[in-house]
Amino acid sequence: MRLLTSSRAIAFVFALIALAPAALRAAPEATSEQRLANGLQVIVKPDHRAPVVVVMVWYRVGSIDEINGVTGVAHALEHMMFKGTRTTGAGEYSRIIAAAGGRDNAFTGNDSTAYFALLQKSQLDLALRLEADRMANLTLAPEEWAKEIKVVMEERRYRTDDRPRSLVYEQLMATALTAHPYRKPVIGWMSDLQNMTVEDARAFYRRWYAPNNAVLVVVGDVSPQEVVAAAEKYFGGIQSRPLPERKPQDEPPQLGAKRVTVKAPAELPYVVMVFRVPPLRDPREDWEPYALEMLSAVLSGNSAARLPGNLVRAERLASSASASYDGLARGPGFFYLSATPTPGRTASEVEQGLRREMARIISEGVSGDELDRAKAQAVAAHVFERDSMMSQAQEIGAMEISGISHKTIDLQLQKLREVTPEQVQAVARKYYVEDALTIASLDPQPLEGRRPAAPPAGLRHVQ
Amino acid sequence: MRPVKLLLRLLAVTLSLTAVQAQALLPIQEWQTADGARVYFVENHDLPMLDLSVHFPAGAGYDQPETSGVASMTNGLLRLGADGMSEDEISRRLADVGAQLGGRFSTDHAGLSLRTLVSLRERRQALDLFARILSRPEFPAAVLEREKVRLIGALKEADTRPDSIAAVNFYRMVYRDHPYALRSSGEVATVEKITREQLVAFHQSHYVAQRAVVALIGDVSRAEAEAIALEVTRGLPQASGAEPPLPPVPELTASAARVIAHPASQAHILIGAPGITRDDPDYFPLYVGNYVLGGGGFISRITEEVRQKRGLAYSAYSYFSPLRRPGPFLIGLQTRRDQSQEALKVVREVVRDFAAGGPTEDELKAAKQNIIGGFPLRVDSNAKIHEYLVLIGAYRLPLTYLDDFVRKVDAVTVSQVKDAFARRVHPDRMVTVVVGADEGSKP
Repeated sequence: MRLLTSSRAIAFVFALIALAPAALRAAPEATSEQRLANGLQVIVKPDHRAPVVVVMVWYRVGSIDEINGVTGVAHALEHMMFKGTRTTGAGEYSRIIAAAGGRDNAFTGNDSTAYFALLQKSQLDLALRLEADRMANLTLAPEEWAKEIKVVMEERRYRTDDRPRSLVYEQLMATALTAHPYRKPVIGWMSDLQNMTVEDARAFYRRWYAPNNAVLVVVGDVSPQEVVAAAEKYFGGIQSRPLPERKPQDEPPQLGAKRVTVKAPAELPYVVMVFRVPPLRDPREDWEPYALEMLSAVLSGNSAARLPGNLVRAERLASSASASYDGLARGPGFFYLSATPTPGRTASEVEQGLRREMARIISEGVSGDELDRAKAQAVAAHVFERDSMMSQAQEIGAMEISGISHKTIDLQLQKLREVTPEQVQAVARKYYVEDALTIASLDPQPLEGRRPAAPPAGLRHVQ
Repeated sequence: MRPVKLLLRLLAVTLSLTAVQAQALLPIQEWQTADGARVYFVENHDLPMLDLSVHFPAGAGYDQPETSGVASMTNGLLRLGADGMSEDEISRRLADVGAQLGGRFSTDHAGLSLRTLVSLRERRQALDLFARILSRPEFPAAVLEREKVRLIGALKEADTRPDSIAAVNFYRMVYRDHPYALRSSGEVATVEKITREQLVAFHQSHYVAQRAVVALIGDVSRAEAEAIALEVTRGLPQASGAEPPLPPVPELTASAARVIAHPASQAHILIGAPGITRDDPDYFPLYVGNYVLGGGGFISRITEEVRQKRGLAYSAYSYFSPLRRPGPFLIGLQTRRDQSQEALKVVREVVRDFAAGGPTEDELKAAKQNIIGGFPLRVDSNAKIHEYLVLIGAYRLPLTYLDDFVRKVDAVTVSQVKDAFARRVHPDRMVTVVVGADEGSKP
């Protein structure tokens, strides 16, 4: 609730989905895109399968835009967006949406902050009115801040501090990057949360929450005309504002492999390797992002893929193993390899297993069958995705935030289908190089002082 | 023809608090195969895809304490070798047609789900694999040994996690000798001893055609659906259609509490007791009442008191999980370990107040507005409708379950909620588990 997700994970999911299968009998109704005078981008995808609507407002601001000392402020502000405006009290947003039969939530990532409501279509106006209100009129009351920042700290404990693999991921990125802001966790460092003030959140809100820094995405049983008219009515009066300059903060070249160890209470070790790769920038001219997408699919995109097939099933070296590519991002792209050894095997052994699989692809390439299988998955997944209005809205929003037009979705599937085995081999060879790697591993520690979780022999009765 | 869409539109028109028609909102078709498998089908041609599942009363509730984990391992191994095909061959063939195969495994039920494109080549290959995996699994001994090692590692890992430790202890204390107390995947000591013969026997005695429930939604005709239902159940073991027995769940007679030390920064707290069955006469008053207590997301009393007013937790909730036998009523939250006493005190006070006094008229109205007004969101995709077909089939609910749902929620009164909570929720007879609080603290 007030979900926090890394936009990297989102990007990975959506990058795989793209398409235009011949299987489609009736083409979906065209998506419409317009821009209001104040710069608000409005994208509407009609879907008349059910009388409901998904309303999402995406702000092009995330942890990538934070500065040192106030990490986590984008996410903390997301929480405060539910704490009242000049005309609605704290928590009233959720009460109003609930009374209208709706569900709402929000999530913050590296690149964006997104708010959404799912409702009966008759409640479209209500959702737009409330979103417009909190874009311009947020209260940010100090007494609400004092309580909510405590909730955020509980969220950090819950999601990161007490989850060894989250700590590994956090350390991985903090180690892999020196200059680029992707090195900071979306939730923020605990010390920054402890010292953050409501004025930090207010400054961030004033700087970034403007119509010209937002994308309104609506999917559902509506027409583009009615959505644009309502958007004009509610958002039209909000002034556009000059946005701060965004410095590139480019990461300098990596000069050698990096390694970090995390010690935390756990049973099994865990290893993650990451290396930088290009993200999708030009859907028409680029080819490497598509080849990287297929590389990750050949490695672990389905249960017949190489990592589960070779490391888990054949060699019995890993309990699980996977690869992923983050190709939709405002900043650099990343390719991840991760694995958990089976009991009795070590982190080092399973790391060598991952390395062998990459070396094999570099030396021998991939087969046409493997690649066709990966493509079949992508084609089917796109059809399946149309079953959910929410995932359609998320796909559109995530693309636009990354600077990729949603209009290129069909083109992207086409490009994915054109990837050759040679291209997959070429991107593996070019980017998977020793000096570019960062490797993080979990060194499991015993739980001190824990009582054995035996059956409750001597129950203590209280009161 | 788009029957589902048309009817959903009808729903939008008829959906008000007062006027819900007797007409079916979802045109569910139901029939039985010659073997006695029950089939539930919704025809929908909007997207060129099909969702299919077959399940049986074969969940973790049918495990025995000494062989706990057999039900889950049986389900997990179905796709790892069947009808002369190796696990790799099965994986390749499924992936070749972009099909998504998933295990279904819960306390009461187990089976398989499939999502496939309906184009002929894709559909044929996916359905052929599905039928063979379900009815002729081989449970290869070498695969079993590997999966046991993997599972034991995962269980040991889970035993280091505070949330998992809390859940395992909670179920043991709430259900004691009942099979619902068993961890669904088994324990290290029982998994080590699982044999291939046990899996073969469990499949033979539980994955039975006469007890199969087939749920389908998608771009096929009734005639095609009939053929598919037959194809995926024809080869199954034959036996009586009677569900295997499940013992009754004894009520708790006193409160019980357990504090388990853990180095985590947060204490994980679970409070609860045996709750209700799927066909419980108090289902609707308790369901709607729980929305007010701790089920209504950001506007429930528990969230209001624990999170919104005091900032004690990121997530705090309560729910009933209705099963064939009374499933748990459960309250959960996580809070910084030195705050666990305060959080416990707050949440117990909220539950006590609610069990004694019920909701206000305004709270009940808000709950109904959300549940009824949000009804279209429950059936706005094939995936969601498919889950309702599974539910209706699994618990033999009436085909009008979804229509009745709105009407029954609307009919709930404050006094019914109050009465149902007073009879069914006993704050002085609950289990409390706290993992991660400092040693010596009192629950």
